[in-house]
Amino acid sequence: MIHFILLFSRQGKLRLQKWYTTLPDKEKKKIIREIVQIILSRNQKTCSFVDWKDLKLVYKRYASLYFCCAIEDQDNELLTLEVVHRYVELLDRYFGNVCELDIIFNFEKAYFILDEFIIGGEVQETSKRSAVKAIEDSDMLQETVEEYMNKPAF
Amino acid sequence: MPAVSKGDGMRGLAVFISDIRNCKSKEAEIKRINKELANIRSKFKGDKALDGYSKKKYVCKLLFIFLLGHDIDFGHMEAVNLLSSNKYTEKQIGYLFISVLVNSNSELIRLINNGIKNDLASRNPTFMCLALHCIANVGSREMAEAFAAEVPRVLVAGDTMDSVKQSAALCLLRLHKACPDLVPVGEWTARVVHLLNDQHMGVVTAAVSLITCLCKKNPDDFKTCVSLAVSRLSRIVSSASTDLQDYTYYFVPAPWLSVKLLRLLQCYPPPEEAAVKGRLVECLETVLNKAQEPPKSKKVQHSNAKNAILFEAIALIIHYDSEPNLLVRACNQLGQFLQHRETNLRYLALESMCALASSEFSHEAVKTHIDTVIGALKTERDVSVRQRAADLLYAMCDRSTAQQIVAEMLSYLETADYAIREEIVLKVAILAEKYAVDYSWYVDTILNLIRIAGDYVSEEVWYRVIQIVINRDDVQGYAAKTVFEALQAPACHENMVKVGGYILGEFGNLIAGDPRSSPLVQFGLLHSKFHLCSVATRALLLSTYIKFINLFPETKGTIQEVLRAGSQLRNADVELQQRAVEYLKLSSIASTDVLATVLEEMPPFPERESSILAKLKKKRGPGPGPEGDEGRRDGGAELNGGGEPPPSTASTPSPSADLLGFRGGAPAPPPAGSSLLVDVETPPNPPPPGGAPPDDAFLGAGPPPPDAPPLPEADELLNKFVCKNNGVLFENQLLQIGVKSEFRQNLGRMYLFYGNKTSVPFQSFVPTLAVQTRAVEPGVEGGAQVQQVLNIECLGEFRGAPLLGLRFRYGGAPQSLTLKLPVTLNKFFQASEMGAQDFFQRWKQLSMPQQEAQKIFKAAHPMDPEVTKAKLLGFGSALLEKVDPNPDNFVGAGIIQTKTLQVGCLLRLEPNAQAQMYRLTLRTSKESVSKHLCDLLAMQF
Repeated sequence: MIHFILLFSRQGKLRLQKWYTTLPDKEKKKIIREIVQIILSRNQKTCSFVDWKDLKLVYKRYASLYFCCAIEDQDNELLTLEVVHRYVELLDRYFGNVCELDIIFNFEKAYFILDEFIIGGEVQETSKRSAVKAIEDSDMLQETVEEYMNKPAF
Repeated sequence: MPAVSKGDGMRGLAVFISDIRNCKSKEAEIKRINKELANIRSKFKGDKALDGYSKKKYVCKLLFIFLLGHDIDFGHMEAVNLLSSNKYTEKQIGYLFISVLVNSNSELIRLINNGIKNDLASRNPTFMCLALHCIANVGSREMAEAFAAEVPRVLVAGDTMDSVKQSAALCLLRLHKACPDLVPVGEWTARVVHLLNDQHMGVVTAAVSLITCLCKKNPDDFKTCVSLAVSRLSRIVSSASTDLQDYTYYFVPAPWLSVKLLRLLQCYPPPEEAAVKGRLVECLETVLNKAQEPPKSKKVQHSNAKNAILFEAIALIIHYDSEPNLLVRACNQLGQFLQHRETNLRYLALESMCALASSEFSHEAVKTHIDTVIGALKTERDVSVRQRAADLLYAMCDRSTAQQIVAEMLSYLETADYAIREEIVLKVAILAEKYAVDYSWYVDTILNLIRIAGDYVSEEVWYRVIQIVINRDDVQGYAAKTVFEALQAPACHENMVKVGGYILGEFGNLIAGDPRSSPLVQFGLLHSKFHLCSVATRALLLSTYIKFINLFPETKGTIQEVLRAGSQLRNADVELQQRAVEYLKLSSIASTDVLATVLEEMPPFPERESSILAKLKKKRGPGPGPEGDEGRRDGGAELNGGGEPPPSTASTPSPSADLLGFRGGAPAPPPAGSSLLVDVETPPNPPPPGGAPPDDAFLGAGPPPPDAPPLPEADELLNKFVCKNNGVLFENQLLQIGVKSEFRQNLGRMYLFYGNKTSVPFQSFVPTLAVQTRAVEPGVEGGAQVQQVLNIECLGEFRGAPLLGLRFRYGGAPQSLTLKLPVTLNKFFQASEMGAQDFFQRWKQLSMPQQEAQKIFKAAHPMDPEVTKAKLLGFGSALLEKVDPNPDNFVGAGIIQTKTLQVGCLLRLEPNAQAQMYRLTLRTSKESVSKHLCDLLAMQF
């Protein structure tokens, strides 16, 4: 089971945090600081797995963004790497050429897409089509650029 | 800011985010946020009712602010309001806010639950999914209470859409993990298994995770899943790379589902049915064969997905540990990966091989890779990979390779990363001890450790070398010589001084014949280090000096001179000062005889589990390694010391035991009248109410029954002894009471040691039991110890422990004390070994509700499986391996032996590391016994 997923930039800015275990906010902040620091201090050609407490961190960098999952000891590391990749593909399919900015400005969508893919730390749907379809359904009220610009700015 | 926001983007939100990004400083950001918070607050408080869109936008802004790391203390109500919107996106934001910022505000929880309830009942699949996601995301106890009954219904209802089923399965999994007690087992459980047959791969993918978790708790209820999983797996494995369309991932058919199925199978022993087993072996072979085929794609995703399945298949093969052919093939496959250019694969291969090393079928095959692994330890650029290599070397070490591996690890230590030095030191120390044929090699290795990595040699390691040297007289002379030589190095580590000081203090005489290491030379050498050392080391050296005075009378003058020096006698550190003063005094007043007695050579240490092994386990948690799996591989290869006789017979019995004539021989019922028969069936007289008895009672001649109520902490003290037989029962400033006991069947013998910690004798010392007891010497000299022996017979089932009353005069003041004797029902446990089939048969036979006692409780101590095992063994039952399909659970069996009846007991302990909870189930043929044992044992974790 995945315990949590963190997305952060090379500068250490957190872009997304998803927790599948219940922890107090203070503890979460501490963990985030610690993990960002561990991952960013690793050299490039090292392996993608790091032991951390009684969990394992599996991480991969896509452009400027690090994706990091904390999994249990008996979980499959390689497949977790592909969980990350599949998530990136889902984001990509939804946003089209996804970049860090998409995740910053549409953070809520990034969360929604993740929920369609993983629940309670377990993969629920691996088909790209099904997972993104759910989100796209929700965007049925697709609006035009004019409609968007006519909305109040704050 | 992106030109177009996707979907129903919120322009105001985008502007805000963009403003925040443009902030040049943290202060500016906080200012901008505060402005926004004020704005939102006024909107929410304003008279004008907000439309859904604005509400959504503001809630989303609050969420963004929270995720930036700021506190949010309002907006929850508005978020809850969004739940009742029938616009999907508004509802979605409401749920997201609640998932991230859940608040235990009871009023809101009720409203939230109401919203979720409505959506679950809406029959709109997208709304239902949102509600289920929210329950899973929050995963709190309140959620479980509200929905643990509803979610299973949704899951197995015939008309539920596939996507909802998927969400429901995993939602239920989360609730089950969070609050296992709240998820009811019911008629739905049987139907869940059949989800493995579902047409929709997504449903199966979600359901397997749920089943895997559930079957760990109740393996019997889910047994049928094995054959279903095998046939599902077989269909996937044998399908062509494109058959599964959307569920094919980079030419690998359904990797997630395959891995999950393989995980599920690891919850069970190999299938018994030949056809199922054959099919499964075929699957595993296919997976191994595929690894040899040329890749269908050059993409890393392809090879990762394919190898993920391969590693999981190998994990299953290792779990079964019954197919030599597959084990060796797995080992060869991993051997190929050891040289792969992908670091990830090398890492995983090393890790996986660690487990293979402990299988008797593949241990030899693993050993053929020793050179590659040593190479990895030396050349890998990534420390985590080197660490795995060190783990594997440790796991594959046996007598034939020990010298080589220890040498390689030692040489690696010189350049090892600081982060893993301590662990390597521990491992080297353990291997050296375990495989030492020749103890001089062991001593050399440990001294090398101290030389190379003194800073990382923990106390446990150097304590251990001293214990071993003291317990083995064949190595003492060599050790003395070697430490003496080592101390001659111009700069030597403080740990070396400690070991050297201790060993020379005990065995310096063995090398004193050589003029190059005459007593004065030894002393001079040690003392030359003295001033560079910490207080603790100096204190140790002072003890060495006083031992020298005893060993070598000719050093007395020199050493007294040192002790008398102002820097010692008036040392600012109270410990050093005290030692100097006392040792000086001791050396000047005591006769040689007294000195020889006081400073006698240390008695052998009781043999117990190596403290460093315990430390390594603590550091790493349980893992594959020689300590856990050794027994399987080559029988009783315990730690070298482990073969010694157990402490109860090896330790020197105190003379008083001899006097009473109870030494040796199996405990037999003592002749009537010759000693105490603690009849534990009759409960001790209830203590009379009221305060302490009048003073003159203490002067009474006969042993009156204990009349004071037991100490308030008596129960707690008793508790400490449920799982162990020896230790300190009680201690205060005046006295210490030690206990040593052994039990066999319904008989037991207990030695009580009363130690006087003061320098003043205790007078009228009368320990009494509820029943008559033989008197001990009525006085206890200052600093002395008296011993009392009790023979115990358990006549029948009992609950309360016998009371031990104690009264004596210290100085003129009467003292009294009442304790509970550490005799509990479980002491009369006789362990019984049995196989899984036997166990489950008996388990089923004891299925009446009153025969079972169960407790679910929070862990009071860290959940370490090794500690738990030790406690269960100490409790007295046998620990049955490989009975419970879930390796995390503990299962035990035994018989409570009393004179009048025997009670068979089965127990099962299920730790839940995530919730930090245990579930303990006891089944015995007697209701009161089940309950009592359950109560006793539950207090131990």
